[in-house]
Amino acid sequence: MKKVLAIASGGGHWVQLLRLRPAFEGTNLAYCSTNEAYRPEVGGHAFHVVSDANIWEKRAMVKMFLQVTWMMIKMRPHVVVTTGAAPGLAALIVGRVLGAKTIWVDSIANSEELSGSGKYAGRVAHVWLTQWPHLSSENGPNHWGAVL
Amino acid sequence: MILVTVGTQLPFDRMMMWLDNWAEQNPDVEFYCQIGPGHYKPKHAKYARYLPPQQLNDLVLASEVIVSHAGMGSILTALKYQRPIIIVPRLHSEGEHRNDHQVATAKWLQDRPGITVASDEATLHQLLDNRHQMQGSKGISEFASDALIGKLRAAILA
Repeated sequence: MKKVLAIASGGGHWVQLLRLRPAFEGTNLAYCSTNEAYRPEVGGHAFHVVSDANIWEKRAMVKMFLQVTWMMIKMRPHVVVTTGAAPGLAALIVGRVLGAKTIWVDSIANSEELSGSGKYAGRVAHVWLTQWPHLSSENGPNHWGAVL
Repeated sequence: MILVTVGTQLPFDRMMMWLDNWAEQNPDVEFYCQIGPGHYKPKHAKYARYLPPQQLNDLVLASEVIVSHAGMGSILTALKYQRPIIIVPRLHSEGEHRNDHQVATAKWLQDRPGITVASDEATLHQLLDNRHQMQGSKGISEFASDALIGKLRAAILA
């Protein structure tokens, strides 16, 4: 059975990740987010918490990156799926090093241009998606549909 | 009850001040606000910095209208529970977010049933005065589009 890590930071990223749930059916699934209070929302699946961070907070970024790395070394997921933001990007980078398939779904909130982490994700993700047709292009990101 | 939320990550003092000014003129109206790391503390409305998701869901269900920053978490929740939502986009020029994606979100969603945009204080106050005329959305599907789910599923299992 495929081991899948579904990861997103809190708020809108997390709500969008949960709207992808049917895509994870039939896998050995673990979730990860930045808020312990989300645990009841994942049913019986494993749930990991990492600290939140953005690119201006160097210390917090390093801490979060180490937490994501440690979790993923223990888990060894075959596939990593994220709707962003920074913790999702960290998981894609680590996933790439560990040989996982990596999938980035850029937030639907980015309707005029990809987010900063979304742009960077294009360099590491095997599957790089935008939810907006007009932001897709031949060289990526692709558009497969939207959460809404 | 009017539920107010700015999400959890960033302050949104401008919207909270507009809200508080209206609350002062309407002392009979009950409020519950999630102000996040905001610096401005409402004087005329009940608030918490952070509400756990379950409690927030309960408050959404108990609310007649939601006032929110233009964040997708709050908007998707309002649509799901069919509550009318007034969204105030955060502005990059005011230091409220790292870019103007919330302005784009407001532009994109302004014509959708159940969603109204307030970009200034007068509009927000007017909408709150007439809140009984507002209607929620007809609901949204529980999950993402079948196309996205199907292709993701194929990619995951491949």
